[in-house]
Amino acid sequence: MSDSPTAAQAGALHVTGRVWVFGHGLTTDDMYPPDAMKLDIPEAAKQVFYNVRPGWSAQVQPGDIVVAGRNFGLGSSRPVAALFRQLGVAALIAEEFNSLFFRNAVNAGLPAMTVPGATEVFHDGDIAAVDLAAGSWANQTTQISGTVPVLPDLVLEIIAGGGVLARLARQGYLPAELADVLSSPSAAAAGQGSGA
Amino acid sequence: MGMTMIERILARKAGLDAVGVGDTVTVDVDLTVLIDLQFATMWVPPLRIADPDKVAIVMDHAVPAPTIKDAAGGPHARKFAADFGIERFYDVGRHGICHQVIAENGLARPGEVLACTDSHTCAAGAYNTAARGLGPAEVYSILCTGRTWFQVSPTIRYELVGELPAGVGGKDVFLHIANEYGDATNHNLEYGGPGLASIPLHDRRTIATQGAEVSADFSTFAYDDVLAAYFDALGVGAPGVAGFEPAHADPDAAYADVREIDLSALVPYVARPGTVSRNGLPVTAIEARKIDQAFIGSCANGQLDDLRIAAEVLRGKQVAPGVRLIVTPASQQVYRDAMRLGYLQDIADAGAVVTNATCGACFGYHMGVVGPGEVCLTSSTRNFTGRMGSPDAEIYMASPATVAASAIAGHIADAREEAAR
Ligand code: SF4
Repeated sequence: MSDSPTAAQAGALHVTGRVWVFGHGLTTDDMYPPDAMKLDIPEAAKQVFYNVRPGWSAQVQPGDIVVAGRNFGLGSSRPVAALFRQLGVAALIAEEFNSLFFRNAVNAGLPAMTVPGATEVFHDGDIAAVDLAAGSWANQTTQISGTVPVLPDLVLEIIAGGGVLARLARQGYLPAELADVLSSPSAAAAGQGSGA
Repeated sequence: MGMTMIERILARKAGLDAVGVGDTVTVDVDLTVLIDLQFATMWVPPLRIADPDKVAIVMDHAVPAPTIKDAAGGPHARKFAADFGIERFYDVGRHGICHQVIAENGLARPGEVLACTDSHTCAAGAYNTAARGLGPAEVYSILCTGRTWFQVSPTIRYELVGELPAGVGGKDVFLHIANEYGDATNHNLEYGGPGLASIPLHDRRTIATQGAEVSADFSTFAYDDVLAAYFDALGVGAPGVAGFEPAHADPDAAYADVREIDLSALVPYVARPGTVSRNGLPVTAIEARKIDQAFIGSCANGQLDDLRIAAEVLRGKQVAPGVRLIVTPASQQVYRDAMRLGYLQDIADAGAVVTNATCGACFGYHMGVVGPGEVCLTSSTRNFTGRMGSPDAEIYMASPATVAASAIAGHIADAREEAAR
């Protein structure tokens, strides 16, 4: 079976949503604290940004986009992207990603885009649109827009296909009937367990 | 144009003559290391894997299991190892922190690629290996396919000159670098130069490990006589055993920056709570903060030499009232060696708690979690807010010598002065 995504999946590379803007240097301990690692994904997701912005996990809505500053996601290999997906976060934008964290987003099928100056361009509540395939972004609220280098095809293909586990299912490494389940948030943390 | 060490390895493993910054390459992975956390919760056994001889399983983060969730992972790991014939299975009793187990068994080999589900996999860079932490889903993918992709990042070269003074360790070298130069996000780090010979292997591993804290991709050390002797002693790469091919940097390799470090000018360093990046001070200049917990352990500083150094500081002394000193050997092998050599006796006699080999307190999960309002001085890897437990605790970071001396003094102290007392 081919591992290239369907046209519908390619739509996953284009996301529009309301933004939440965070600062610089957010670590995986800010998003997935040690105690949360003892919990299941839905419970652990409630603790994302528990200390940075208490109560946020109850405010974020499905389809929202998280915007952060420099060095976003420094820290562990913990599958934080799965927590974001559990909360319904549709994409991540940051001025700069830690590469391990960026890869985790890609592998969980969560679109992520590096946009220099993002924390100044966006404010809480603005509507952002990102198109990974085109390498374009826009703040629809303020009408500011720009372009960034397009990610390698291989990376876009993993995101569009719902993450690396769904891809493995299509390639016959995992039971095929698991393909859909595997692109769900809890499975995005499975296969998997956790990392530190 | 020449290549840096990491570019050389990636090119070789991608089957290319050369790679350059910005290239995306798909490489063969020589060894994939799975850890216990991978098997806790929703483990799905794969239908097939690339090669059982290129897999190791190490039980490390949460052993013996502190929660039912972790306990549930053990049987998954054992069944997977049995079903797929994974011979390199370091189960509880032969266990240790994966990076220590990788090192002491010669699993990280010069010029090769190693992947593991832990962010400090860059530790193996001390052995001239292209190693880095990858997420659990990606490691699972490599387990299945034997391959993964990397986008080649620019490399920063640390050119080491001079000799490391007595009383100054790898932790101090790293904290100095982190304080001086800050983050290296999306960059590789390369260490070499005439000063490298004066840095013992255990200190190199501390430095390589902590590349993760400045957000680097790979941190790789030059292959030299010290490494050659190490692998000879292990018997890895010796005649009759499959050899390896070290990766050297070309003289005309292109670097994002070359930074000279004069080792002879270094002193012990302490990082303040929150981050190691531009947040440290020489121990002589840092506030003599009273501490509640002192921790010596982790993949960075729970090595046999770290315990030796701690034992030398602690021998015949007592941990100050009100301070808990927790010492966690990095592996069962380190534990047994440190026991045989008497280090654990000295450490325990001083009033420290010696724990089983595991990640434990380093990631605030078990055996030494810090509470609200407490101050901890740690020799582990991260001083991030909330890392070792409560977000309302403060975590300072320093070398095992500084941590041991501070545990005796009751506040952050200079081991060189404490020894003179
Ligand atoms: S000792 Fe700490 S840093 Fe090292 S692998 Fe374990 S949790 Fe990670």
